[in-house]
Amino acid sequence: MSEHRLHIDWTACDGRGLCAELLPEVLAEDDWGYPVARDGTAEPAIPDRLEGPARRAVDRCPALALRLVRR
Amino acid sequence: MTTTAEAPAVRVERRLLAGPADGRLDSYLAATGRLPEVDGPRLIEILREAGLTGHGGAGFPAWRKLSAVHAAGRPAVVIANGAEGEPASRKDKVLLKSHPHLVLDGLQLVARALAAKAAHIYVSAPSVAGIRSALAERHRAGLDRVAVTVHTAPDAFVSGEESAVVAAVSGRSAVPGDKRVRIIESGVDGAPTLVQNVETLAHIAQIVRYGPRWFRSAGTSDEPGTFLATVGGVVAVPGVIEAGYGVPLGDLIDAAGGATEPVQAILVGGYHGGWVPPDPDLAVSRAAMTPYGASPGAGIVLALPASVCGLTETAKIVTYLAGQAAGQCGPCINGLPRLADTLSDLALRRGRPGLPAEVERLAALVTGRGACRHPDGTARLIRSGLQAFAAEVTAHLAGNCLAAQGTTRGGIR
Repeated sequence: MSEHRLHIDWTACDGRGLCAELLPEVLAEDDWGYPVARDGTAEPAIPDRLEGPARRAVDRCPALALRLVRR
Repeated sequence: MTTTAEAPAVRVERRLLAGPADGRLDSYLAATGRLPEVDGPRLIEILREAGLTGHGGAGFPAWRKLSAVHAAGRPAVVIANGAEGEPASRKDKVLLKSHPHLVLDGLQLVARALAAKAAHIYVSAPSVAGIRSALAERHRAGLDRVAVTVHTAPDAFVSGEESAVVAAVSGRSAVPGDKRVRIIESGVDGAPTLVQNVETLAHIAQIVRYGPRWFRSAGTSDEPGTFLATVGGVVAVPGVIEAGYGVPLGDLIDAAGGATEPVQAILVGGYHGGWVPPDPDLAVSRAAMTPYGASPGAGIVLALPASVCGLTETAKIVTYLAGQAAGQCGPCINGLPRLADTLSDLALRRGRPGLPAEVERLAALVTGRGACRHPDGTARLIRSGLQAFAAEVTAHLAGNCLAAQGTTRGGIR
């Protein structure tokens, strides 16, 4: 069964920090303001109940660095 | 060449490097003969039986990658990768100079098996002229059905990373790209793309000729075949040595003329590898290296003398690696210099009690957070350094240095 995961394109991300504000359950900020997954994975899992906020984070990322993918 | 059903031999032995080393096509053909024909499904099967893994560092099974590109069912692009951005590695340059036709045969075999629309070879500047003349010789002999284009890899640590290779061949800057879409699905011009290290391709040329059983008669049953090791540091004759996986470290050091000073630790796998103890009986295999956070990787074996501080050496490498970041990903741009500075403080005995913990925290923080594995590899080296030089860490925090005092323990000598 595939699930939604949040993919971060690190070559595009410039650490504006919007995603960590919109998805505090999934993302924190590191020492420099870049998103860091709370579960320690490279592509954190997005539970169904957070799909809405995750999509907002994807849409509002000023660097277009986020994608919701199925893995 | 004979096939054998006996237990595989684990020793220094020449297979890739066995034939004429003058790089000429006539001597190569006289010793080896022309290429057999093999289609995609058969090549995948042969490589699966052989158990060949990639020799560029990651050690991924060759048949899986080939199979994925074949399964894409669209005209593919194949790339021979000889960028060898790792400063401690020489094996690709040596192989390309002495046995270019083995590599080019492997490239041709894979390109034909995939019915590739294009083939490329991407090598560092010193190898370009030799490869161009080898290709010209093959052209005159009518050998290469799939035309091969030569590209020069920039002299940078990350230029050989798979997505950087695809970028360079596509005419862009040779820096890693995002991996949301895999290269095996969409690489050069959107074509399914196979990137294989040049040594891996040379092994493929031999496996197709001599068979998987022959290949498996070297190395261990879990890690078959030979590999090219670049043996350096305090050895009498640094150079490239071929041996079966699982070869004892001491045999590799002996083959490089032996250690010239007592050895304190050995860096295995390169700057993204790990430090292992100087135990001559330690096998150079993934299985034996894993407890030390190391792996044979691209075959680098670097002997550190007892007189040099392991923390200082690790900090120097990490400072170099921080400088080699492609400058694209925030955690790497910020995290690697901070790691280098923090580790350098420890190495220079500008210690504070929380320093080793801070190094560990930063190493964990950068891991998995980049387009490529440069931060992960750097973190791995740091962790193995803190483990291998734990006594030195304690000494440095107390303001001392075991290497400077001459009290590190030497192993191989």
